[in-house]
Amino acid sequence: MSLLHDRPHAGELDPVWEDRHGLIGFFTTVDHKRVGMRYIYTSFFFFFVAGLLALVMRAQLAKPNGVVVGPDLFNQLFTMHGTTMIFLFNTPVLAGFGNYLLPMMIGARDMAFPRLNAFSYWIFLFAGIFIYISFVVGKAPNGGWFSYVPLTNATYSPGVNLDFWGLGVIFVGISTTAGAVNFIVTAFKMRAPGMAINQLPIFVWSIIGMAFMVVFSVPVLTVAAALLESDRLFGTAFYDPTRGGSALLYQHLFWFWGHPEVYILFLPATGMVSAIIPVFSRRRLEGYFWVASSLIAVAFISFGVWVHHMFATGLPSTAMGVFSAASLVIALPSAIQYFAWIATMWEGKINFEPPMLFALGFMVIFLLGGITGIMVSSMPFDWQATDSYFIVAHLHYVLNGAVVFPIFGALYYWLPKMTGRMLNARLGRWSFWIMFIFFNVSFFPMHVLGLRGMPRRVYTYQSWLGWNWLNMIASVGAAVFGIGTGLTLINVLWSRKHGAIAGDNPWRADTLEWSTTSPPPDYNFAAVPIIASRHPLWDQQPLPLGVSGPELATESLGVTGAEQRQTPITGGLDASPESGMTVPQPSALPIMLAFGIAVFFAGLLVSAQIVLITGAAIGVTGLTRWAWHTEVDRP
Amino acid sequence: MSVIATPGTTRIDDRTRPPGFWGMVILIATEATVFGALLSAYFFVRATSDTWPQGGIRPPDLSRISVFTVVLLASSLPLFWGERAIRKGRVGQLRIALFASFVMGLAFVANQAFEFGSLEFSASDNAYASLFVVITGLHGLHLIVGLIMSIVVQVKASIGWFDAKRHLTVTVFGLYWHFVDVVWIVVFSSLYLSAHVR
Repeated sequence: MSLLHDRPHAGELDPVWEDRHGLIGFFTTVDHKRVGMRYIYTSFFFFFVAGLLALVMRAQLAKPNGVVVGPDLFNQLFTMHGTTMIFLFNTPVLAGFGNYLLPMMIGARDMAFPRLNAFSYWIFLFAGIFIYISFVVGKAPNGGWFSYVPLTNATYSPGVNLDFWGLGVIFVGISTTAGAVNFIVTAFKMRAPGMAINQLPIFVWSIIGMAFMVVFSVPVLTVAAALLESDRLFGTAFYDPTRGGSALLYQHLFWFWGHPEVYILFLPATGMVSAIIPVFSRRRLEGYFWVASSLIAVAFISFGVWVHHMFATGLPSTAMGVFSAASLVIALPSAIQYFAWIATMWEGKINFEPPMLFALGFMVIFLLGGITGIMVSSMPFDWQATDSYFIVAHLHYVLNGAVVFPIFGALYYWLPKMTGRMLNARLGRWSFWIMFIFFNVSFFPMHVLGLRGMPRRVYTYQSWLGWNWLNMIASVGAAVFGIGTGLTLINVLWSRKHGAIAGDNPWRADTLEWSTTSPPPDYNFAAVPIIASRHPLWDQQPLPLGVSGPELATESLGVTGAEQRQTPITGGLDASPESGMTVPQPSALPIMLAFGIAVFFAGLLVSAQIVLITGAAIGVTGLTRWAWHTEVDRP
Repeated sequence: MSVIATPGTTRIDDRTRPPGFWGMVILIATEATVFGALLSAYFFVRATSDTWPQGGIRPPDLSRISVFTVVLLASSLPLFWGERAIRKGRVGQLRIALFASFVMGLAFVANQAFEFGSLEFSASDNAYASLFVVITGLHGLHLIVGLIMSIVVQVKASIGWFDAKRHLTVTVFGLYWHFVDVVWIVVFSSLYLSAHVR
C-alpha cells in the first residue's frame, strides 16, 4: 500500500470507506469489489463441481455398457451439470467480472445500488446451496437442464427432484435480474465526467447489452418455471393438455429466455476479448462503432430466434422459416466483431501472454461453434441433428469454448488487478495449451458421434453401434481438459503468495481500472478522472483528475467528495456532472432479505406453511426496513 | 459530517433524474415482462382452445369489477396531485393524497379478495381457470406490495422527511403505483373484456 501515500489525502480516506472488521464486516460489506470477487470465487467453485459431474458421465460413456453409474443417477448428473454451468457458473461469473470491473472502468467509486449488489450475491449463493442440497438428500433434478413438460410434471416426475430445479431457477433469477438493473443504471449514471457514450470501453457495452437482455428475458423464465411449479405443487393446469393447457407453451416460454441467455453469456465474453486483444496487440480496437453496434444488434436479434430450439415440434413452416432466417442473420454481427479482432491484430505487434492465448483459442473454437450454429439454424439439417451428440458438440463449442475460454483469459488478465499478484505465465501457457488441445479432442468427436446417430442423454450404448472409439477419445480428452483447468486453479492459489507483484498497470493497458493501485483502495479513485478519450491511459498522460468545486454537481469529483463517501452522478450522452451520491454504509439488510427469501423457497419445497410464513415475514420485514433506510430524502 | 451518516443521500437537481428513479423504471420493465409473458400464455392457450372460457365457465361478470376498475385507475389521480403538491412543499396536501390513493387501492384489493372467495371454479379445473386466478392474483399481490410501500411513504411524510427539494421516495413510489394501475388496464382488457368477444 506504499503507493497510496503518494496520493493526496489517501490516509484520511481509509476510515471513511473501510468495511467493519471481522465476521460482521464479511456479512455486511457492500463494496462492489468484494462482492464481485465473491461472485467469481463462488461460481468457479460450482464450475469445478459441475466439471467433476461431467467427468463421471464421460467415465460412464467411455466404453459400451458402462457400469460406473446407473440410469437414474446419470439423469441427475447431466441435469445438474447443465443447470450448474448455466445458472451457477456462466451467468454469475460474468456478473462477477461485471461487478468488479464496471465501476472501475467508468471511474466510479461503487455501483449505483451497492446494497442491491450485495443482495444479488447472497441470493446467488443461497440459490446455489438450495439447488445442491438436492444432491445431499439424493434427489437431484433429473429432467434435463431445460426440464420439458410433460416429463417433468407431477405425474411423470413425482418426488421433490424437479422442485429443486423449478424453485431454484426462480430463486437464482432474482439475483440475475437485480444485477442487471444495477448494471444498467451504473453504466448510464455513474460514468466519470466526460466519458461520452462513444468512449465507453467495449466491455461496458457488452455488459449493457447483456443487462438489457436479462431485463426482458429472465422474467419469462421465471414465469415458465413458476407455472411449472404451480402445476406441480398446486395442481393448476397450465401445461396439462388433458385440462386445456399446452405442453408447447412451456417450450415457448423457456426458450424465449433460453436463447437470449446464450447471448447473455456470450456478449460479456466477447467484451472480454475486445478488451484483451487490443492490449496484447499494442493497438486500438478496429471498428469501435461497428463492434459496439454489433453488441446491441445481437441483444435485439437474440429475442427473435428462440423457435430454432423447437424446429422438431411441428410448428407452421412459415413461422419456422422466419426464425430460421433470424438465426442465420444473428451470425452477421458476430462476424463483424470477428473481423474487427482480426483487423486489430493484423497490423499489431502480438504479445502471446496467457490472456491473449485464451482470446486466440476462443477465436478458433468460436469459429467452429459458429459454423455448426449456422448448420443447425437450417431446418432440414436440424431435423437430422436435433437431440443428437452433434448438438452436444455445438453447444459446448459455443458455451465452453466461446465463453469459458474468454473467462479464463479474463482471469489471467484481471486477477492481478484484483489481488495485486501476477499469475505464473508459464503455468498459464501449459494450462491453455492443454485446455485448447484436449477441448477439441473431447468435443470434436461428438460431432461425428451425433452424425453417426448417437442421441444425447443416453446413459450407455451397445458395442456394435460404431460409437466405441469416438466415445473413448472424447472421455480421455475430457479428463485431460479437466487437468488443464486444474492447472489454472493451482496457478491462482499459488499466485496469492508467490506471484510477482503486479503494480498498477502490468499489461500497459488503456482503461481506467489500471490507473489505480492493485488491489485498488476501497474508494477506487481518490479523485475521479476526467475523460476525453476511449483509451484514457494511452492518450491522456498524466490523467487529469477531478477537483471538488463548490457546486452540487462537482463537489463529489475530487478528494473532498471521497472524504464524504461520495461518488459522482453524471448524465446525458457525454456524462456531464449532475450531482453526488453517498455510498451506503455496510449493512446487514441484504443478507437478511436474501435469507428470508431462502426460507420462503425452502417452505415451498417442503410444502410447510410455517416455514413459508416465517420466510415471508423475514422478507417483508427486511424489505420494509430497507425501504425505511433508503434515506434518499432524510432532511 | 452529517453527510456520512446518511447513506444513499442523493442531492436532487430538479432537471435531472437520479439513479433511484431509473432503478425503479427498469424494475418496472422486468415486472411488465412478467405480465407480458403471462398474458401471452393466456392468448396462446386461448388460440389453441376450441371454446373460451374452457369447461363451460361463464365469462367473468363485468358489473362490479368495472366500478372497482374505475376506483383503481382513479387512485392515481390523488397521487399526481400529491406529487405536484410536494414539489411546492405542501406536505399536508401530500399526506391527504397518499391516504386517498391508499384507501382506493385497499378497496380494490378487498373487492378482489371477495371475488376470489365467490368464484364458481377453482384454479385446478382447467387452464383457463389457472390463468385467470394466477394473473389476477399476481396483480393483486403487486397491489398489496404497493399498499405496504404506501404505508412506509405515509409514515415518512407524517414525520416530516419530505420537502420541496427532497421527495425522491414519493416519485419512485408513484412510479410503481401508476405502473400497477396501468397494468390493470391491460389485464382487465385481456381477462375480462376480451373474454366476452366471440
